[in-house]
Formats: sequence, C-alpha cells, structure tokens
Amino acid sequence: MATRQTAAAARMLVAPSVILLFLWMIVPLAMTIYFSMLNYNLLEPDTARFIGLQNYIDFVDDPDFIGALINTLIIVAAVLVISVVGGIFVALLMDQPIYGQSVVRVLVIAPFFVMPTVSALIWKNMLMNPVSGLFAWIATLFGLTPVDWFTNYPMLSVILIVAWQWLPFASLILLTALQSLDEEQKEAATLDGAKAVSYFFYIVVPHMARAITVVVLIETIFLLNVFAEIRVTTNGGPSTTNIPFHVFELAVNNNDVGGAAAGGIVAVVLANIVAVFLVRMIGKNLES
Amino acid sequence: MARKVSTSRRVAMSAVAWLVALLIFFPILWMFLTSFKTEADAYAVPPKFLFFHWTTENYVEVQSRVDYVLHAINSIVLAVGANIFGLILAIPAAWSMAFSPTKRTKDLLMWMLSTKMMPGAGVFMAIYFIYLRAHLLDSRWGIGFLLMMVNLPIIVWMLYTYFKEIPVDILEAARMDGASLRNEIIYVLTPMAVPGIASTMLLSVILSWNEAFWTLNLANVNAAPLTNMIASFSSPEGDFWALLSAASVLAIAPILIIGWFSQKQLVRGLTFGAVK
Amino acid sequence: MGSIELKNVRKDFGAISVINDVSFKVNDGEFTVFVGPSGCGKSTLLRLIAGLEDISSGNILIDGKDVSNVGPAQRGLAMVFQSYALYPHMTVRNNIAFALKMAKQPKNVIDEKVNKAAAILNLTDYLDRRPRQLSGGQRQRVAIGRAIVREPAAFLFDEPLSNLDAALRVQMRLEIGDLHNNLKTTMTYVTHDQVEAMTMADKIVVLNKGAVAQIGSPLELYNKPNGLFVARFIGSPTMNIVSGPAAAKRNAASIGIRPEHVDFSTSAGEWPGKVRIAEHLGADTFVYVDSDAVGPLTVRLEGEAPVKPGQTVYVTPQENRLHRFDRDGKSMA
Repeated sequence: MATRQTAAAARMLVAPSVILLFLWMIVPLAMTIYFSMLNYNLLEPDTARFIGLQNYIDFVDDPDFIGALINTLIIVAAVLVISVVGGIFVALLMDQPIYGQSVVRVLVIAPFFVMPTVSALIWKNMLMNPVSGLFAWIATLFGLTPVDWFTNYPMLSVILIVAWQWLPFASLILLTALQSLDEEQKEAATLDGAKAVSYFFYIVVPHMARAITVVVLIETIFLLNVFAEIRVTTNGGPSTTNIPFHVFELAVNNNDVGGAAAGGIVAVVLANIVAVFLVRMIGKNLES
Repeated sequence: MARKVSTSRRVAMSAVAWLVALLIFFPILWMFLTSFKTEADAYAVPPKFLFFHWTTENYVEVQSRVDYVLHAINSIVLAVGANIFGLILAIPAAWSMAFSPTKRTKDLLMWMLSTKMMPGAGVFMAIYFIYLRAHLLDSRWGIGFLLMMVNLPIIVWMLYTYFKEIPVDILEAARMDGASLRNEIIYVLTPMAVPGIASTMLLSVILSWNEAFWTLNLANVNAAPLTNMIASFSSPEGDFWALLSAASVLAIAPILIIGWFSQKQLVRGLTFGAVK
Repeated sequence: MGSIELKNVRKDFGAISVINDVSFKVNDGEFTVFVGPSGCGKSTLLRLIAGLEDISSGNILIDGKDVSNVGPAQRGLAMVFQSYALYPHMTVRNNIAFALKMAKQPKNVIDEKVNKAAAILNLTDYLDRRPRQLSGGQRQRVAIGRAIVREPAAFLFDEPLSNLDAALRVQMRLEIGDLHNNLKTTMTYVTHDQVEAMTMADKIVVLNKGAVAQIGSPLELYNKPNGLFVARFIGSPTMNIVSGPAAAKRNAASIGIRPEHVDFSTSAGEWPGKVRIAEHLGADTFVYVDSDAVGPLTVRLEGEAPVKPGQTVYVTPQENRLHRFDRDGKSMA
C-alpha cells in the first residue's frame, strides 16, 4: 500500500529490468522461430527460403534427433536418481550429531562449485583413463581388468561426472530442509513415543517431500542443458549427444541454421514442460 | 536440546560421514595433489599419493602455455561486471516489487523466473546471429551483457526475498524524514540489505564464473574466461595432467572459497526461496 | 503553527471503505488522540494525514493549506512509528540527524540540534550506539528525538507505547506529556488503549468502523457518551449495560451505569445478585455480580471491601449518573 506517487515510481523502477528481460526473451525466440522455418545454410546464405515446418519434420525424422532426445532423457533421469537418492542419504548422514560437521559440509558441497569443464576433464583423464587413471589402478588392486570408460561406456561416464556435480546440490538443499525441522517437533515426536522408523516416515519424509520436488525440478532445468561436459569429453558421438549438443552440431558443424533453430524450439518446449510445474510450485510457496 | 546419542554411535556415524565426504571430495583433492607433481609422477602407476617430488613448476607453466592471466582477468571482469550492472538494474526493481506490489507483481516474478528456464540451445542461433552482426562475439561487453541477462532473474528474485524481510516502516520513516525515493534506496534500503545483496552477488558471481554453454560458444580468445581455458586442454594432443590440474586449481579456487562462505544463502538463491 | 483539518475524507481499498467521510479539526498545539478498537481505521487515518497513503476523496488541510496531493516529505509532519522504525545501520546520532541531512542543513546546525534533542531525551551518552544496543525505552526516545529535531508542524504517533512493558509505558506516557507541555506543538496520537487516550488527550476522536463516533475532551466522553459504542469503549472497568424491564422503567431501550456509579449493599437495593468474583486491587475492589434480574454487573468499590464469592448483594444505580440509550444505541437526553 502506498501513494500514487510511490506506485508510479515503482513502475518506473521495475520497467528497465522487465523491458530488458522481455526483449531478451522475445527477440531471440521470434528469430529462432523464423529461422526454424527457413532452409538456411550458412555456407549458402543467399539460397535461404521459407519451407514451413519442413525443418521440424526433418529434425524429428532424423534418427540423430531421436537418439539425442533419448540421450537427453537418460542423462536427466539417471542423474536425478543418483543425486536425489544419494542426496537423501548424505543429508541424513550429515544431519546426525557427527564430529566436524561443518568441515564435512564443506567437503561435500565442494564439487558443486567446480566449473563443468574442470570436472569433466579431471574425471576423464585422471580418474577414468584406462591406463594411468586412478580407477584403473583400483581395479587392478582387486585383480580386475581396468575399464576403458569413455570407449566402452561413454554415456555412463558422462552421467557419473554430471551426477558428481549435482549430488552436492541435492545434499545441501535436502540438509537445509532437514535442519528446518524444528527441534520441538522432534521432541514432541519423541514424547509421543515415535520410534526412529515411524519418525522417519511420518515426520521426516513428508517434510522432505517438498524439498525433493524442488531439487528434482531445478536439476531437471539444468540437466536438460548439459553441454560442456559432453563437449570436452566425448565431443558428441551417437551415445552421448543430447539435444543441446545436437543443436550445437547442426549450427556450428553443419552450418544448418534452420535445423538448429528447429531443434532449439524443441528444446524450449521440453524445458517449458518442466518449467510450468516448477513455476507453479514456487508460486504457491510465494503465497504462504 | 539436541537428541542424546551414545558416544559409540556418534563415533560410528562420524566415521561413515567423513568417509562419504572424503569420497565426494576426492577428485578435487586428487587434482590439487596432481597439480604439484611432475608430469611423469602424474602418470605414474601405481599412483603416488603424497610421496612424490613436489613442484610448483606447473603453476608457472600455466601462464606461459595458456595465458592464465588473460583468462582469469576475463573471468573476473565478466563475473563482477555482469553482477554490478545486474544489481543496478535489480535493486530498484526488487524495491518496487517488495514495497510497492501490485496485483501483477507475483505474475511478473513468475515470468522472470520462467525466462531463466529458457534453454540456451533454444535461442542459440538467434543470439549467435545478433552477436555476429553487432560484432559482440568474443567481446567482453557482449559476453558480460549476456551473463547479466542470464542471471538477472535470479538476482531480482533473491533481492526480492531479502527485501521482503525489511520492515516497510523504516522506509516510510525515511519518507517522513524527507528522503526522496533515490535517497531512500541509497541511504536506507541498500545499507540495510547489505547482507542480502552480498549473498546475491556471491551466488551470481559463482553462476557467471561457471557458465560454460555461452562462453564456450560465443567467446574465443579476447573475452574467453577460465571455462574456455580449461576446455582447451581437451584437445587430444595436450595430455598434460599436472598442467591441467594446476590450471584447474587456479580456475576453481576463488569460486570454491566464495562458495564455501555463502553455502547457506546459496540454497535460498538456487531454490528461489522455496527452501530456506 | 500546526492545525490539521480533515474535510469529508474517504479511503477505499478496492471495494472496501476503510475511512468513511471523516471530518474534524485539530487546533494548533492540541494533543489529539485517535482511539478505537482494532480495525476501526485509526492508523489508516494517521497515515492519510502523514501522506503515506492517498485519500480517495475529500481534503486534508495543514495550517489551512490543502496538502491532499502533497508527498509526505513536504507536509512538514514528523511521525513516530509503533515499531520505532529506527535505521538499524545508523548510530543514534545519525538516526536523529537523518532528516536534517536530507534537508541539507549545514553540519554545525545539525550537530547543535541533535545535541539539544539528545539532552532533552537523556540520550547524550548513547549517541554513538546503534539501535540494537538500546533498550526498548531508549529506542522509543530515539524515535521521538528523530521527530523533534525536524521542528515539525505536528507530531504523529502511531501506537508508540504498545511495544513497551507496563511500567515503562506509564513512564513514557508522562514523558510524552512533558514534551507536549514544553514544545506546545500539535500532537496527534493513535492508540487502542483508552487509558492512554484518557490520560494524555486534550481531545479524543473515537473511531468506529472507519467513521467518527464522537469527538470531545476525555471527561466529555466519560460523562456524556453519545451512544452505546462510546459508552462501552471509554471507562474501565466497562460500563454496565442493562436492557429489559429495568430500562423500560426509565423509558429507554437500554441503560448504562458505570461500575463506580452504583450503590452497593448487602441488605437491600434495586438489583439483587450473587458475587461471582471479587478482585482486590488495594485502592479499589472490583466486584463481579451475577444478577438474575439484569444479568452480570461490575461494581467498583473504594478501598478494601470485605466481599466474598457466593455472597448475596444488592446493586442500585445512581439515577443522576445513569445513561439512557434508544433502540439505535444513541444517547437520550
């Protein structure tokens, strides 16, 4: 509540951000939609012409696209499962009365701050290298044959790297949620005679459900966009190319502007499906 | 009162927790150790954990081989610059949404959030063309502007949640004291919100620093930050692990430290206030 | 100089009317209290005068000048907030000086005024502290100090004592009274506490549901409430209201009698009843009586009355102190 003067000033102050963001969203989106209906190759820019939805048809017919779509979904699903399940475990562990809790926290959260190109290269070279990598040495310790990760299991390798980056995120958020369970509630539950197991299922799980949903939605948004990890490890290939990487290849390697744009729109649609749920959920939270 | 736990249980729990934490942290530790090895020691089988010839030559080498200083300056300029311009835009906007909300404020916030969810790949072609025509490819201004736009929704959101906690009375007191809107924001709101603004900056610096999709695709040499420098090690001819490790340590150390200091606020920023 | 005049002021929030056609005048130098139950619009009224909210229609005049469309900074008023609203990042000195700095006064003038205000309010030793290092009463004084250095046309107080404990509240009440006597500036004060209103005000504006119920001096309101609402709201313990045959006998829909205006007897009287509880306060005794004839009654007796629960007693209203109300709850002559 305020006066007309402040209300008017408020609109003026919010305008620059809103206008910039609006342009930032609408101009590229409009251009992308326009490009997506052109037969436009960078090497022959003069022959660009309108072809309607042909790019989308080509894009969807392209076996590479189906592969990229499947790879995208595999990365999202696998990393979600690993990071959320692992995150719940780590968060519960860190919520225990342990010695040096703050140091443990610092160690666990660290990978989240590592830039994607660094984590990808460290894993690919120093850990997963089949000859000099640490994993290979550990395998030989147990008398096993070292695994040539990126040759034989490229997708699994990428998933492991990405999961390593996102497990800390899930752990940190779930731990925060756990710690916001107030002590009084814990004590009340103890006084009510709740055993550890029933305490977990009736108090902890419902309390965590919301945080888990938030983790799933936010990670999904980011995981749909995994790019750098693929770029610096496998540099594509049928088993790890996801949609963002496929769009990049079409644009940069094939100079196929129209096709890349159509792929981009598909990526936007995919992201929006998730975004709708996330936005709605955060909106609900805003009201409370 | 914390729950009472027997000492033996506490020791056991601590042991498990520490083991898990060290496993998760291990790749970073390994990178750190490797950065002080000679290349021969870096490749040694069985691996050398602590008993190797410690050397700092890799750190010197990083500069001469990949021009670390240039990339580090780029990272700093881009992250800090994008942040400062972002805050200049976002502080007034967040003030307005927190203290003079309208019926549409919530929708506006939601919409801002949704722009953050636009996948980079989706609009890559368009941005690339705009930047090509505007000669912004590989320019600090171009990449900086892009990072600012990418993070603006998060900055506005985070500031909004912090501003909401400031009692509106105090701003009204300033109004009664004859402060203009500008003075109200500069002398009253901003100093009061310093902790919130600081954590917002930290998160935004972290996100800008680690942004890789746009920087890898739109920057090449002049504006290329550390993400690009590290990516240049992916070329197959350059298997220099010790060197790569040293470069990586240099690239992630600042953000790791900032991140450790701001982990609590980070949760709030990354979940848009949904988890506090 | 600082008279405040409201002419047919309305304030609507959407379809809801919060202030409904309010008109009155506060004379220069007067201590006026707005009082009413929560939600009656008293704080909104103060904020309208302050300029923190726009009026929907009507006019607000300060010193005869129409300020309806003037921003809060230009109205020349100072406000003390319920939460004190001190600037937490500034020292006491800077809190008090802020308005003067905004007005671009020279530094030596600012220092002089701040020191003077601090001396008046016993804050001299605390000038370099920050608000969080002060007690509730000290914070309250800083809030007042911030207001007085501006030498405003009028002070606006929004429930300033409600966050203090009972003892401190009495003390601050006296201090604000002293301040008014010394400065002789117009003060407008909002409270829901009728004791504060009665003790401090030259003039009380009783508000009910966004409209003025009655305006008058404390004793006018006490002695001549214009209706049931004011009769019930002013005075403690609350006036006894009786309807039915006892009221009909006196040609009224209901009658009211204050607890201190009854004759109390253990042998004979108009309304017999049983003592439910007797509260012994020392100087007074409040006796709560259940009467079959007229329902529950409160009686205030001077001194330590030897009354026990369950005892049968007789209550008789003093006819010359009786208030009569018609069917609409208005006072009858």
